[in-house]
Amino acid sequence: MTEIRVPNMGESVTEATVAKWLKKVGDAVAADEPLVELETDKVAVEVNAPAAGVLTEIATGPGTAVKVGGLLGTISGSGGVVRPAPAAAAPAPAPRPAPAPAPAPVAAPAADRPLSPSVRRIVEETGISPSAIAPTGPGGRITKGDALAALEARAASPATPAVAAAPAPAAHGPRAADPREQRVPMTRLRKTIALRLKEAQNTAAQLTTFNEADMTTIMALRSEYKDAFEKRHGVRLGFMSFFVKACIAALKELPAVNAEIDGDDIVYKNHYDIGVAVATERGLVVPVVRDADHMSLAGLEKAINDFGLRARDGKLKLEELQGGTFTISNGGVYGSLMSTPILNTPQSGILGMHKIQERPMAIGGKVEIRPMMYLALSYDHRLVDGREAVLFLVRVKDFLENPSRLLLEV
Amino acid sequence: MPGQYDVAFIGGGPGGYNGAIRAAQLGLKTAVVEKTATLGGTCLNVGCIPSKALLHASARFEEAVRHFPAIGIRAELTLDLPAMMNHRAKTVEGLTKGIEFLFKKNKIDWIKGTGRIAGAGKVAVTLTAGGEDQLDAKSIVIATGSEVMKIPGVVIDERRIVSSTGALTLPGVPPRMIVIGGGYIGLEMGSVWRRLGSQVTVVEFLDRITPGMDAEVSKQFQRILTKQGMAFKLGMKVVGADVSSSGVKVKIEPAAGGAPETLEADVVLVSIGRKPHTAGLGLEAAGVAMDARGRIVTDGHYRTSAPGIFAIGDVIAGPMLAHKAEDEGMALAELLAGKAGHVNYDTIPGVVYTAPEVATVGKTEEELKAAGVEYRVGKFPFTANARAKTIADTDGFVKILADAKTDRVLGCHIIGPEAGNMIAEVALGMELGASAEDIARTCHAHPTLPEAVRQAAMGVDGRITQM
Repeated sequence: MTEIRVPNMGESVTEATVAKWLKKVGDAVAADEPLVELETDKVAVEVNAPAAGVLTEIATGPGTAVKVGGLLGTISGSGGVVRPAPAAAAPAPAPRPAPAPAPAPVAAPAADRPLSPSVRRIVEETGISPSAIAPTGPGGRITKGDALAALEARAASPATPAVAAAPAPAAHGPRAADPREQRVPMTRLRKTIALRLKEAQNTAAQLTTFNEADMTTIMALRSEYKDAFEKRHGVRLGFMSFFVKACIAALKELPAVNAEIDGDDIVYKNHYDIGVAVATERGLVVPVVRDADHMSLAGLEKAINDFGLRARDGKLKLEELQGGTFTISNGGVYGSLMSTPILNTPQSGILGMHKIQERPMAIGGKVEIRPMMYLALSYDHRLVDGREAVLFLVRVKDFLENPSRLLLEV
Repeated sequence: MPGQYDVAFIGGGPGGYNGAIRAAQLGLKTAVVEKTATLGGTCLNVGCIPSKALLHASARFEEAVRHFPAIGIRAELTLDLPAMMNHRAKTVEGLTKGIEFLFKKNKIDWIKGTGRIAGAGKVAVTLTAGGEDQLDAKSIVIATGSEVMKIPGVVIDERRIVSSTGALTLPGVPPRMIVIGGGYIGLEMGSVWRRLGSQVTVVEFLDRITPGMDAEVSKQFQRILTKQGMAFKLGMKVVGADVSSSGVKVKIEPAAGGAPETLEADVVLVSIGRKPHTAGLGLEAAGVAMDARGRIVTDGHYRTSAPGIFAIGDVIAGPMLAHKAEDEGMALAELLAGKAGHVNYDTIPGVVYTAPEVATVGKTEEELKAAGVEYRVGKFPFTANARAKTIADTDGFVKILADAKTDRVLGCHIIGPEAGNMIAEVALGMELGASAEDIARTCHAHPTLPEAVRQAAMGVDGRITQM
């Protein structure tokens, strides 16, 4: 019998929520095979089988909060005979939300925290784990009301795998008569996002300055060397690497934008770790390209590409999401023309990229059609003066319009 | 004996003596100032204990006279009132001596005299043996209890017109008795004398007896008492009483206004309630604030408005019950010793020791309605309880009130045999946050009276099995 426990998920992460079980009770599992997906404040973590055998118990169903070291389930046997699990093994191909497996007898609750008869009954009938019930009774006891509330919460949360996996239902057509609305608990990631964004708005003196860049040169450069670049480096030449380079060059000139406030001090950073916002189905994540100032365009493209792929699969590591000094957010991929990004605190600046749109521009007294992109810089005015912010954006614009300056560092 | 004490209790009743014992257990040097000849206060000397001794004895008498023939026992029975009174006195003596022993065991000093506060940290005592004394105490606890509330125009002489104290020591069974006040005490003492042969009439100002009790229980209670032979005059105000050699004429008139009438009786018991006993304690000079009803104002830790002075029991807000005072005394002792003393006022049971007994804990149905709480009711009559049948005592029912959503037990009201003993189960459950289902799923021995509690708990979910 091997216990599956919540692994250490990195510094400052003590709690997670069970997102979904990839195996059913009764399934044979190989050692190191992914068993269950946990969602933390920052990333999704897969827990692998600690040993080969048969999954004999799921102790914590989807939606259950678990702590580091907490019991998730058990694996029995050494991979020998795969015992068909009694009830749950019945052909049930539909993704069942890991309900009560074979009614796990809870008759003998932990000696230190005995359950009252009504709670015991509810636990046995529904398979809800006592650890998933927030106790409000005297001495930390679980009352029947607590158990009922936990059940209600579980019923309200959607059958996690089904809904989460399905593409967001298209919102066209007349709205069905019922259900008129759906209440689902916020995921941990969503809660964290909400908290962080609000925190940013509450602390920083935030405002946004705008500019625009003529993308003609970069687009020409790109189309000229696209194939050669891909052949040589094995990665497509995108725009993102140019933006990272341009930003770093501007940050070096205007260090306040790469600084942060810590108590009564301002911490200027001489390293350039650029966060690149990536949208995923679960929500926004911002992996950080470390020491981006030492990387080539190809190296940046590779790193960003890799982040994008792994973010979609929920395989980013926690440390990859921590400690950027500046962030770039690209709303342009969805067609945004202009936006005011919110700071990724404690950072002091975030650049918003937008859609490249052909617009008539006045060039040398004549109207020309040019591929234009609006640029937005949101900054913390406590630390960054308006002059610095505007100059920063002007420098970014200069570098983008004249990429050769990047090469010459002028 | 005087000296420096950690804590001095003024009053040796249930609040004072239990608090003192707990304080001594926790290592505090403790004194109790008590003016009467015995410890235990009203409860032990002239309250709960002697009345229960008489209630028990008179109930056995009535049972023997009225119910024995039905279960096959016939005998000539006569009442020996002096012997019954002796049983009462012996009971009291044994228990008060017991407290004296506990004081010695715990090294608590009993200062025999009348205490009053004489400045910060000082208690002046007028010694019973004569002379004055003064104690120094870091904390002073006022635990002086309560006294009988009087009615203007009705002078208590403890012969013809008696308080609860006099009602315990009547020299003979009065042929006619009037009880003014339909609360716990009046109904208990009225029951004692009715069983022994009195014609008892209860006069109550309100239109119901036992005000504040669950109305359904109250109604059933009055019905049963009426069946036993007690008469009731409800909604009546007593305006005066004239004592003559032949008895007492009590003048009453409808509370709502109307023609007065006169009732005659040999003895009148005044039992309209009790009021805090605070006179002569030097509270005003010490700066101890009182509320409009004469109760000492305290915070959650029994602190009065004067530093170093505390108060517990009947002199502060809350039900005037011995066990409430006892819990407060012990909680305060723990707080003074730096521990976490606490009294849960939502789970203090109340019992009327009549036959049948009435016991309640938690909220009444009326209180839940008024508070807008959604609740469910489970009820089970003793007529359907096997044990009640075997003891031929089937009056009454158990009523459990539980939260409609969480099923948590919010109140329990029992009228029936042994109700006072049975309520403890529900009080414990409530203290632990139990649901009605928890009680319903707890095995109860058969055949016992508490099975009725379980069935009522089942009734909350509409699944009574024995009816």
